[in-house]
Amino acid sequence: MVGSGPGGLQLSYSLTRLGIEHAVLSDDPAPGGMFRRWPVFQRMLSWTKPFTGVDQHEPAYERFDWNSLLADEAPNRAVMPALMDGTSYFPSRPEMQKGLETFAERTGIRVRYGTRWESTRREGDDFVLATSAGEYRAPVVVFAVGVAQPYRPPIPGLDQVPHYGDFRPVETYKDRRVFIVGKQNSGFEIATGLLPWARQLVLASPSPTKLSVNTHTLVGVRARYVQPYEDAALAGGVVLLDTTIEEVKKDGTGYLVRTRNAAGEELSVPADDVIAATGFVTPLRDLPGLGMATFGQSRLPAQTPFWESATVPGIFFAGTITQGAAGLKKHGIPSNSGAVQGHRYNARVLARHLAEKRFGIPATRERLDAASLLPYLLEQVSHGPELWHQRAYLARVITLDRDTGISNDGIVPLQSFLDSAGSDAVAATLESNGQGNPYPVFYVRKDGSVTEHALAPHPMLDFTGRDYQDELRARLEPLLSPAPSPT
Amino acid sequence: MAVRDDVVNTIAAFSLFADLTGPQLEEVAHLFDESFFGQGERILRQGVSGSGFYVILEGTAGIRVDNVDRSVLKAGDYFGEISSLLGEVPVSDIVAETPLRCLVLPAGQLEGFLTKHPRIMYRLLQGEARKLKNTTKWLS
Repeated sequence: MVGSGPGGLQLSYSLTRLGIEHAVLSDDPAPGGMFRRWPVFQRMLSWTKPFTGVDQHEPAYERFDWNSLLADEAPNRAVMPALMDGTSYFPSRPEMQKGLETFAERTGIRVRYGTRWESTRREGDDFVLATSAGEYRAPVVVFAVGVAQPYRPPIPGLDQVPHYGDFRPVETYKDRRVFIVGKQNSGFEIATGLLPWARQLVLASPSPTKLSVNTHTLVGVRARYVQPYEDAALAGGVVLLDTTIEEVKKDGTGYLVRTRNAAGEELSVPADDVIAATGFVTPLRDLPGLGMATFGQSRLPAQTPFWESATVPGIFFAGTITQGAAGLKKHGIPSNSGAVQGHRYNARVLARHLAEKRFGIPATRERLDAASLLPYLLEQVSHGPELWHQRAYLARVITLDRDTGISNDGIVPLQSFLDSAGSDAVAATLESNGQGNPYPVFYVRKDGSVTEHALAPHPMLDFTGRDYQDELRARLEPLLSPAPSPT
Repeated sequence: MAVRDDVVNTIAAFSLFADLTGPQLEEVAHLFDESFFGQGERILRQGVSGSGFYVILEGTAGIRVDNVDRSVLKAGDYFGEISSLLGEVPVSDIVAETPLRCLVLPAGQLEGFLTKHPRIMYRLLQGEARKLKNTTKWLS
């Protein structure tokens, strides 16, 4: 495995728990990945809510703690809340880094730090990674290297301006006109930090800004960074432009940014500083040369539902790169795999998948009795953290077999359940349609064909009541009657 | 996923977007997301809700109804418009026959997109008319 950010640490932990030997290589000197440096303004966008009424060492608490990695043993769960100083429920960047270091130390994760992955080749069934500390050979390689390589679109002159990652100390922007290319979270983060310093802020990109409070998802600018949006709406000094950037030209000590809107109207904007908040790409080095297909602006590797390269079998991914396995994207809503709260579950599912498929280690499947099935499923959609954080992406699957009874298959990618044949089963998910509260959805597989059953949302997000039991019993009737025999 | 920079050049050649200027193509490209599907992967699933409107950038896809292959779609073709326009579940599977790159717009955004771009709506209507004509010929 390559990488020691949260994705690499979570997968290493989960593989170790399953008894799978592996080596973790990292170019960094210590754990943390991108959180050793970013976000620029040193505070996370993901929250850890300390007081929830749920024991912090219970898995259900993970729904409220987006930042801690996952442990099977209670003392190593919920590392983050104890490290936070109480001034915000968004941890500071140093607190996040400390949390990852603490998890790695407590759980004994071993990483070969200062080991740089340099190139990759195939030899027979193995991959060989050439590194600064010699060659490593393995039949399965996992890359958890983040989506952290600064990217600039091919706009004339944009290669001459600093990227988000090159942001200077904030006071150096005092009383200056700053033009930010990009209207995503990174652009708005910088704009928020510059509000008390810059004379004028202009943010520009071709399409209008979306806000997460409107999309009811993590799509769009997060509430933390909405202040520049209000400033623009009230004509305070921030300007938002829906334009393409045609050219960035040096002009004396500053710049002239030439823009064009969809109606074809040109506007040239003078600025003292221009910042490219234009995103990041995946640092895949020579992997495309092995035939690895990528897509989208971030050059994400195309992946199967179990995060294996769609075109180079044997290479897998962990961490934020797993957003390249898009899943169903129902109603246009992506998974949360681009953030810790989502991809930490992907890593746990991947570890189990690798254990079963590559190392012949079968997973334990606990039995359920028929009487506990409905309460269990409703408890899962009410409190199961995997379902809350990875909606319409990960599912709890229960198999109902007439001969062997009811068994819990654990958490699996929903796409995998829908697209693979198998015994009669039910997959429980939580889903959102971007318009209101999330709601439980159950996919029932009976005699090889799958039907979808959405239940109503609940104003208090509690699906454990009698009405839900009755409704779910009716929806599962084809599976339950007659009841699968042994229990 | 935001789209790759070369998408604007690719869609400029598609009949659906034939009437758009450069800046309009740029705006359209940024409204869509980009998706990739491996060979054999399903994109739309018959009877499963929450899909979208897709435009094929590269590769081919099959239309499959009740596990029977019906037709093949290629670059520049689109699918998912019927379920998106009617607010209903798809009546067929769409399966990638080769590695497939697509643009995708969630179903709920299609109405706003088409009313904002009447020339695209007209081109789409022409496409639907062609499909209806072919179906009518086939039935007769």
